Amino acid sequence: MAEHSEARHDGTPWYRTYIVVWVWLLVITVIEIAAVQVGLARLLLIGVLMSLSLLKAALIAGYFMHLRYERLNLVLLVLIPLILAVILFTGVVPDAITAPQLRR
Amino acid sequence: MAHAHVRERQATSHSVWDGGESPFAVSWPKLMMWLFLISDALTFAALLSGYGAMRMTAGVWPPQGDFFNINFVVGPMTFILICSSATMAVAVGAARRGDARTTVRFLFLTVLGGLLFLGMQAFEWTSFIREGARLTGFVGHIPEGVQVPPMFPATFFVITGFHGGHVTSGVIYLLVTALRAARGAYSAEEVEVAGLYWHFVDLVWVFIFTLLYLI
Repeated sequence: MAEHSEARHDGTPWYRTYIVVWVWLLVITVIEIAAVQVGLARLLLIGVLMSLSLLKAALIAGYFMHLRYERLNLVLLVLIPLILAVILFTGVVPDAITAPQLRR
Repeated sequence: MAHAHVRERQATSHSVWDGGESPFAVSWPKLMMWLFLISDALTFAALLSGYGAMRMTAGVWPPQGDFFNINFVVGPMTFILICSSATMAVAVGAARRGDARTTVRFLFLTVLGGLLFLGMQAFEWTSFIREGARLTGFVGHIPEGVQVPPMFPATFFVITGFHGGHVTSGVIYLLVTALRAARGAYSAEEVEVAGLYWHFVDLVWVFIFTLLYLI
């Protein structure tokens, strides 16, 4: 069982991928913090930060959690339920956005 | 190659729970952990959606920098959690290679990272509460021109508290795994399954960090 995921070993140190991903995660975090301090337009900032967060999440799930090396079945099992989260959020947004205007 | 892999699994396993097919080609513990993580991800998604809705409903939101130290507390917390995720990945890799020494060492490093994170979170909660933050609202001095809706501290405590609870459970889980590994009583698989949980806690923090502190 310990050997079953060794197929992708390619001669470089086995932990090399983890170091590369680790450095990228730290670099993206620095970019995120910097983006806030640069003072971008509000919507642009939200777009940039959410894209970078999704990128970080993909790196963690793909390489640290090995999802990239799993079967498509498992990848779909994990990703498809997340559509529910999007539906949940888009469902409450219209009401939430109009609430402050109604109070005025 | 994947098919050969499945055939090999079927030929070598004898448990009735393996069934006739292995559609996911992973072991049961790993599949169960993934299923748990999906449900947990949706719980966090619900909390964060609720946060987003409350924040939009409030209409006003104070600049987080007025209450939290992003550069010297929250930023470093994020760095520590990412580093502990990397050490966890190395522990899993070492366990798969049968390198018990490295596995134990990196599991303990991961536990240390988790404890550091929790310590800094305790520090942050303490200073926020001292400033006047309560679960039901803000009772302290508010800077000129800043409005603090009660949802601001409420969502903060609930979401970071729920995440902190996950980190605490993770530290205990990893400590048990590390102690078992130190005694030699562990399998590469259980280290990997524990790793999935820990990486997930890091993954959720990516969004909490962005949504609660940066945006």
